[in-house]
Amino acid sequence: MQRRQFLAALGAGLLTVQLPGLAYAIAPAGYQRLLVLVELKGGNDGLNTVIPYTSPDYTRLRPTLAIAREQVLQLDEQRGLHPSLAPLLPLWQAGQLAIVQGVGYPEPNLSHFRSIDIWDTASNSTQTLSSGWLTRLLQQYPAGDAFASDGLILGSHTLGPLAGGARAVVLRNAADFARQARLAQAAARQSGSSALAHVLKVEADIRRAASDIGKMPPAQQAMGSMQDPGRIPDAPGNFGRAVQTLLETLAGGSQVVVARLTLTGFDTHAGQTGTQQRLLGELAEGLAALQAGLAAQGRWDDTLVMSYAEFGRRPKENGNQGTDHGTANSHFVLGGRVAGGFYGQAPQLADVNDGNLPYAVDFRQLYVTVCETWWGKPSATVLGGRFKPLPLLRG
Amino acid sequence: MLLQRQLASLVLLLPLPALAAPIGEAGARLLLGRTGFGTPPAQVAALAPLEREAAVDRLLASRRSEPASTPPDWVNTPLLHPPRKELSESEKKALRDTETRRGLALRAWWLQEMATTPSPVTEKLTLFWHGHFVSGQNKVKSAQLMYRQNALLRREALGNFATLLHDIARDPAMLRYLDTAGSRKGQANENFAREVMELFTLGEGHYSEQDIREAARAFTGWQLDPASGEPVFRPRRHDDGQKTVLGRSGTLDGDAVLDTLLAQPATARFITRKLWLYLVSPTPDDATVNRLAASFARDYQIKPLVRALLLTPAFWHSSGQQVKSPVELTVGTVATFGISVPDWQALAQLNRRMGQDLFDPPNVRGWPGGDTWINSDSLLLRKQFLDSLTRPGSNKPRPQIAPDWLQQYPAATSWLPALPAANPLPGSASPLLALRQLLQDPAWQLQ
Repeated sequence: MQRRQFLAALGAGLLTVQLPGLAYAIAPAGYQRLLVLVELKGGNDGLNTVIPYTSPDYTRLRPTLAIAREQVLQLDEQRGLHPSLAPLLPLWQAGQLAIVQGVGYPEPNLSHFRSIDIWDTASNSTQTLSSGWLTRLLQQYPAGDAFASDGLILGSHTLGPLAGGARAVVLRNAADFARQARLAQAAARQSGSSALAHVLKVEADIRRAASDIGKMPPAQQAMGSMQDPGRIPDAPGNFGRAVQTLLETLAGGSQVVVARLTLTGFDTHAGQTGTQQRLLGELAEGLAALQAGLAAQGRWDDTLVMSYAEFGRRPKENGNQGTDHGTANSHFVLGGRVAGGFYGQAPQLADVNDGNLPYAVDFRQLYVTVCETWWGKPSATVLGGRFKPLPLLRG
Repeated sequence: MLLQRQLASLVLLLPLPALAAPIGEAGARLLLGRTGFGTPPAQVAALAPLEREAAVDRLLASRRSEPASTPPDWVNTPLLHPPRKELSESEKKALRDTETRRGLALRAWWLQEMATTPSPVTEKLTLFWHGHFVSGQNKVKSAQLMYRQNALLRREALGNFATLLHDIARDPAMLRYLDTAGSRKGQANENFAREVMELFTLGEGHYSEQDIREAARAFTGWQLDPASGEPVFRPRRHDDGQKTVLGRSGTLDGDAVLDTLLAQPATARFITRKLWLYLVSPTPDDATVNRLAASFARDYQIKPLVRALLLTPAFWHSSGQQVKSPVELTVGTVATFGISVPDWQALAQLNRRMGQDLFDPPNVRGWPGGDTWINSDSLLLRKQFLDSLTRPGSNKPRPQIAPDWLQQYPAATSWLPALPAANPLPGSASPLLALRQLLQDPAWQLQ
């Protein structure tokens, strides 16, 4: 049954790829290319990430939080990066870092939990869906048995865009996983409750993933070491460890479609400056390490990295040197095939008092770019409508 | 039509003889596991002969408002302050280390209280409110204030929800966690105002962004007294202007806004539904929830609501429908097998790795619970913990099930799993191997 569905889906995929003139015709079949999603949990403050450093409205709205002009890493005459993001500058200079501004959706919801559900399920603001957008894509176009898992979840216990059915493995450490996985050996014929069905599915996901993950590549087996320290640079914090785990897993030869890395702590209602400085530093050093590690593995050209978060923050700072929940936000897209530069629309701050920003780019335009341009998979049914891809990738 | 209705009510009356029957060992295990931690055989034997109402009433009669064991001695010493700018780096580090040490001791103390208290239902509900009125030591940065909040949650665990809501709004740890302490007139911080509506009372979708902005003004003025850590109201920082929240206008203060939230029918429904998920099953019955919520909204007494939930027919047919939380799995297994725990702090750290770090929930929504407790990482940690209980460690003493436990309770092979086991035991299995296999069975993850 599963096999038949798989073959049917494969047939449908082949058909569409043969249609001429469509954006997705240029992508290779299957999932030869990797997607790395980076969740900036809590809602990163985009206005102090990609900074309109010449705007008098910026300093008006941020009397204590504005980053001084001379500290901003200037990218053009109006815009620059938070100083902690310096490790990303080489990627910007290489034209492999795209900055998409004004990302959001109509009728924004300012609840952390409702808004991240909207992002993870690619729903409309007023619609509740139970499965993640990547789960729906992978159900329509399965990755196949060659993949250890559909997705790796690193730095979080929630499955996000892979919730509701995709094969997903929450991974802390590849070697520990390989060692412990022998404990997942239940017979799958048991039934009795939906909770039991869930436990059995997780056991099955573990068994499949464990036949690949944590295995050493042949070259390193000879050396008896999980990793080649010369090739994988260290990055700080939990995010650095998540990057390390991802690099080790990929170096071991495991195939996955997507990895989702979470960096948490961005809900900066009070004392934002120090917290954001630390987190953005962790983010930038982690991404630089990821780039270096994947380049060393020869995979950087087949990797697309994309940040996301439930929302941006309010342009006007509050009374606690912090910012409250907002709407539209800036996000990063990077990779060896990315056409670097600015996309979307810079925040229009002139008329803003204590309100929030309108969006210019629907977040599902990022997703359609992933589905169709990156993977060559039609996405209208997955995303519940047609969205315009962004020209983020080199032809 | 009338006849049909009469027949229908007759059908409803039919199960009554079942209610008057003893709950039996299976019923006792279900009730003990859901309202407490694990199913110690002596407690099972005590409840089994009782009818449903008598069994539930006996459990609830154990209610306490204070812990049974003594908390760490520093809880009542003068308040230790978070590191300030003027301190040296080594002084800051010393303070942080003290808080980390105390936090771990606090976690260990609570786990031990759960395992040993004469009223597990008190701790079970205290844990529910901890996951509802969330604060986390990571931001509060004071184990002492986290303990004070824990004491408040226990005092009202089976008490009054309206009292608890008013008291939590000025609880010192909460004032810090959701930034009320720094919020003042003209520059109101929205954090508490948003979460009190979305997560503590109404639920998402029952208020507007304008309600949040106005309510945030009403909550200004509450601060922490730096010396005592007690809440103080500073009228000059309070915005006493006109506000409108959910249709009620006036110079509302924080308590007036909380009373407005309590007057909304959505609040009782939200709490009742959440307690159903916690105690009964992942599939609340809307009609029953609405009926119980209407009654709850009259006086917000928690104990009668818990009693009513435990007496729903759905509860008694829910065995095996719930995933055990890490605390239910670890403390419950310890209690069921009468295991002695040499190091409760190690058990607290294990719970953190499994996804339930007491005094530090993942975010203001608390633990989402249900199926989300189990993912590949947490399941392997859970199974490893269970596996270790039948394998003596080489150097450090670790929790062990008595090797002859299954000989003492031979019938346990049939009742240990909440559902029939996935892998039937081979007839020739030794007691130790049989126990190991039962604990590894997916059914042991459920209750």
